[in-house]
Parts: sequence; C-alpha cells; structure tokens
Amino acid sequence: MSAQREGASQADPLSHASRGNVGEIPYEPVFVGAMRDELNALLGRYPNKMAALLPALWMVQRERGWVSEEAMVEVAQLLELTPAYVKGVVTFYTMYHQHPVGRYFIQVCTTSPCLACGADKVVESLLSQTGCGDLGATSPDGRFTVIEVECLGACGFATPIMVNEEFIESVTPEKVPQILTRFK
Amino acid sequence: MGYPHKSHPKETPILSKYFGEPQARTLEGWKQRGGYRALQQALGMTPADIVNVVKESGLRGRGGAGFPTGMKWSFMKPGDGKAHYLCVNADESEPGTFKDREIMRWTPHALIEGTAIGAYAIGAETAYIYIRGEFTEPLRIMEDAVKEAYAAGLLGANAMGSGKRIDVHVHRGAGAYICGEETALMNSLEGRRGNPRIKPPFPAVAGLFGLPTTINNVETLAAVPHILNNGAAWYKAMSLSSPKSTGSKLFSVCGNVTRPGNYEVTMGYPFKDFLYDMCGGPLPGRKFKAVIPGGSSVPIQSMEEAESTLMDYEGFVAKGTMLGSGGVIVFDDSQCMVRHIARLARFYAHESCAQCTQCREGTAWTTKIMERIEAGQGTFQDFETLLEIGDNMTGKTICVLSDSCAVPVVSGLQKFRHEFEAHITGKRCPFRTAAAA
Repeated sequence: MSAQREGASQADPLSHASRGNVGEIPYEPVFVGAMRDELNALLGRYPNKMAALLPALWMVQRERGWVSEEAMVEVAQLLELTPAYVKGVVTFYTMYHQHPVGRYFIQVCTTSPCLACGADKVVESLLSQTGCGDLGATSPDGRFTVIEVECLGACGFATPIMVNEEFIESVTPEKVPQILTRFK
Repeated sequence: MGYPHKSHPKETPILSKYFGEPQARTLEGWKQRGGYRALQQALGMTPADIVNVVKESGLRGRGGAGFPTGMKWSFMKPGDGKAHYLCVNADESEPGTFKDREIMRWTPHALIEGTAIGAYAIGAETAYIYIRGEFTEPLRIMEDAVKEAYAAGLLGANAMGSGKRIDVHVHRGAGAYICGEETALMNSLEGRRGNPRIKPPFPAVAGLFGLPTTINNVETLAAVPHILNNGAAWYKAMSLSSPKSTGSKLFSVCGNVTRPGNYEVTMGYPFKDFLYDMCGGPLPGRKFKAVIPGGSSVPIQSMEEAESTLMDYEGFVAKGTMLGSGGVIVFDDSQCMVRHIARLARFYAHESCAQCTQCREGTAWTTKIMERIEAGQGTFQDFETLLEIGDNMTGKTICVLSDSCAVPVVSGLQKFRHEFEAHITGKRCPFRTAAAA
C-alpha cells in the first residue's frame, strides 16, 4: 500500500484539495523518474500514444489510489489528448476511482449465479463487519469501502470478492470476519 | 479436468489436462508437456497452410458466436501492404462463464503459443491479449509468461529463430462487460470509451487502429496448438453428434449444483448425463428447475428441454437455446426465477454503453418492471409491456447487448409464467416469504 493512498483516505473526501480541483495542496506529478520510464516503455507497444491511456490511468491509480482531475490533466498532456477526452474515458470504466476510497476497497459480485449461492448474505455480512453500513460508504476508520459489482467471472467459486487487487474466491458470511482480519 | 475437482472419467481433458498443476505454468514445465512444438512447426509452414489445417479441423469460435475460425482467418489477406493485428479476447465477463480465466491461470503458455500461431497465420506481427481488469491473478500470470517467452526468444523480432517478428502484449481492461464485444474491445484498446462500432466495416477490413484485424477468444486460440500437433482429422473426429461441431469444449458450471467447476467434454455430449453425473446433480434435498446453458445471454431452458439436449452448437439450438460461451448456470427449486431475471436485467442495464436508445432505455425500463413484479407490485399488463419492450430491443441496435437483456425476460415469461403470475396474484414473492417463514 503506497503512502499516497493512505494519505488520500485520511483526507476529508469533501474538501476541495483532496478532490484535486484547486491547488491548495500543490499537485505532484505521477509520471516522474521510474514512472515516466515505465510509461515510455508502454508507449512502445502501440502505434499511437492514445492507446496507452488505459495503462497510464492504471499507473495513476496504483500510485495514488484514485484518479484525480489533476492526474487526468497530467495524463492528457503526456498522451497529447484533451483533459475532457481523458475524463470521458475515465468515467466510462467502473474500475477507475474518481474520488478517494477506503484503504481497502471491497467489491462483491452479486450477479445472478452468485446471488443463487447467497451473495446477498455476503454483502450484509461485509457491511456490518466492516462498519461501512451502506454500499459505497467508507467505514468511520477509513479502512473499508464495500460495493456490489457485476459478474467477476468466477461464478463457480461463489461468492468471489476483490479487496483492492486481491481476488478471493468462495466467500461465505461465516468466513468474512476471518478474511477481514488480514486487512489492517 | 473439472477444476477445482478431479477429472471425471467421461471428460475429454485436452485444454484442461494440466489445470491445477503449478509446474505447467512455467515455460520449462510447459515445454516438458509438449509446449511450443506446434509453434515451431507452424513457423515452418506457410500461413495459408495453417489456415487450411484449422479450417479442416472444424474449429469454431468459443467466445459465443461459434464462427468457423479457419474461415475468419482466411478473411485476412496477406501481402496487402498493411499492418495486421490479432486481438485476443480475454475479457471474459458473461455471467456464468469462467473458463478462459482457468486457461490463463493454469496454462498461460498454451494461450501464448496459440496466439503466436494465429498471429503468424493472419500475417500479424503484433497481438494484444485484452484481459478484463478484474482478473488480477490471470493478468499477473500472463504477464510473467509473456516475459518468459520473450527471454527465451519464442517471441520478438526473431520468433524461435524463424526470422519472423511476433510481438504479444498484455493489455488490461478497466471494468466494462461491453468490452467483450469485439469492436468495443478494439475501441477500448485504442484508448477510447468501449462503445461498439457499426459493422460493416468488419474487423478484417478495418479493425484495430483502422487496420485489418482478427479477434479470437482465449479458448479458441488455446485449441490451435493441439490441432497442429495432432492433425485436423484427429480434432474433427471428436464429435458425438453434429459433424458441424467438432473438438472438445470447456463448460463452466455454477449456481445450485453439487460440484461447480470447469468440465471439458467432446462436442455432442448428453446434457442430462453432464448435469446429473459429471457435475454431481442437485444439492441434497433439492431438484433442478432451470438451466441457462451458454452464459446469461442465451434463452433459459426448462429441465425437460435441458435433459434432452446434446451439447454442441446445433444441439442447443434444437432445444430452443444456444451454446454461447459455455457458461452453464443452474437454478434449483429454492430459487425465484423472477428474482433472477430481474437481477439479470439489472446487469444489462448497468452494462449498457448507452449508445443506442433501445438498449439504454429498454434495459432500464425492463429492470424497473421486473423489480416491481418481484416486489409483488406488478400487474398482468406488465407481461405485454415486457414483451413489447423486448421486441423493440431485439435486432435494432449496434450490438447484441440489448437483445441479450430481452432474452431471459422473454424465455422466462414463456417457460416460468406461473411464477410471474404468482407474484401478481399473491402480491408478494412466494419464495422470499417461504424463506422468511
């Protein structure tokens, strides 16, 4: 877990600065040093710069925990796109966070095959055990955010959940407390 | 092999033979299991000869449409002076389907080998494997395997010393079911919103970056090395029913069933035997009620229909549905079909890219009505409205996501109308009340 991500989750998510709109806290570019080298290497895979947009946004999220509007501007400049275009792409895809989320972002599959195996009970258990209470809300300690997602593509291992980049199969309400102890 | 279970004696484990064996993931382990012999052989053949072998084998696309693979490859004209591309569709997102995930998790080099052969056969120097963003483990495994293949000279400017360039890159999606649609996938790869494109032009004429492109499913490409190693006749002979459906096929099984997992059978295998024997039948004390055999976009079957079905492209069509992606979703008698159809409608409403009015409005409207019926507040008039919306959503949009939303609703109303009616006459969900009591 990067220091930046922890910082982002501790900030007041409603403040101007943490939403990345106004430069009260100076914006530090993502693509410097090794990150810039990594992006340059990626560019070699494609015949134009725009094709590196999704990978570049993934790099931003890996470093900062979310994709701020200022990061969109930075990516736009590097790939010779407009910030509006980049925002249009970011908002199309569900996995780019457009605001800070809890330190551990939990996605629970509740599409039909998992629902048939009790995914709704897994959601209930996660919401109560994390203290999030509601879907999409972050727990008071800033640790967790829980959301429902559409099919995670592991239907035979119902119910799959994702905690940040970690994929966990065959979750039941009974297993939830044990699983959560791993994420401090 | 029915991963996570042991192989069933009636399976035909070809693609799944090494599922569950971590050693098969490494290049060395894969070579010990006969890996990269087919690529070596292919690089000594002409592209046209490879296309002919694949044509002769009868291999058809395993992603859902079942288009003959050799014919698709033959649309790519070599020597046209343009760059060609191969896209590998690893955006497996169809509810009920999780076979490509297992291929990538356990046998990443099988996919790389098939991809390299496919790229060479269509005159492409570059192939992109587009993996859905949620598949973090398959993504890492594929990236490691690609690195290994480059380091060993199997890929790159001089693939296996052939003097031919074959580059393979892994590209991560970011959460959008629609990117499994081939033209949406290409838009997404180009760094755009994943909106499907109007066809024509077809990808073979103007695909990725506006250049001739072939797009194949993971399972399709993973089968290609086996066809080259064993011959087209060997593959073609694997067929228990229709001669138009050949080879082995991975079926993912999920829902209310004793042993969910991936099972590989010869085309034409009896569905009844598959469900009750191979997959272990229903859970104790339960009965099967309905099956969606090819991922959530194909019509729901009653058990009567399912039990007389033979598992191939023609066999599923003969029993009112489709083979699709091979994602078998099983529901038992504890499940409310109205609830599941409402949930599937919500899935399509969430995943609609919103380009076409019929889909954007139709998926949302269908979901509202279905959820209202499920909550016990529906009317009999709703049935007519659902069918009328469904009619307006079918065959009228750029891609088939819209049609796919109408499919469970229309087939559900045909086959489980009594459950819909019970929600309206009883003004509540009969299943939910029974569970609460």
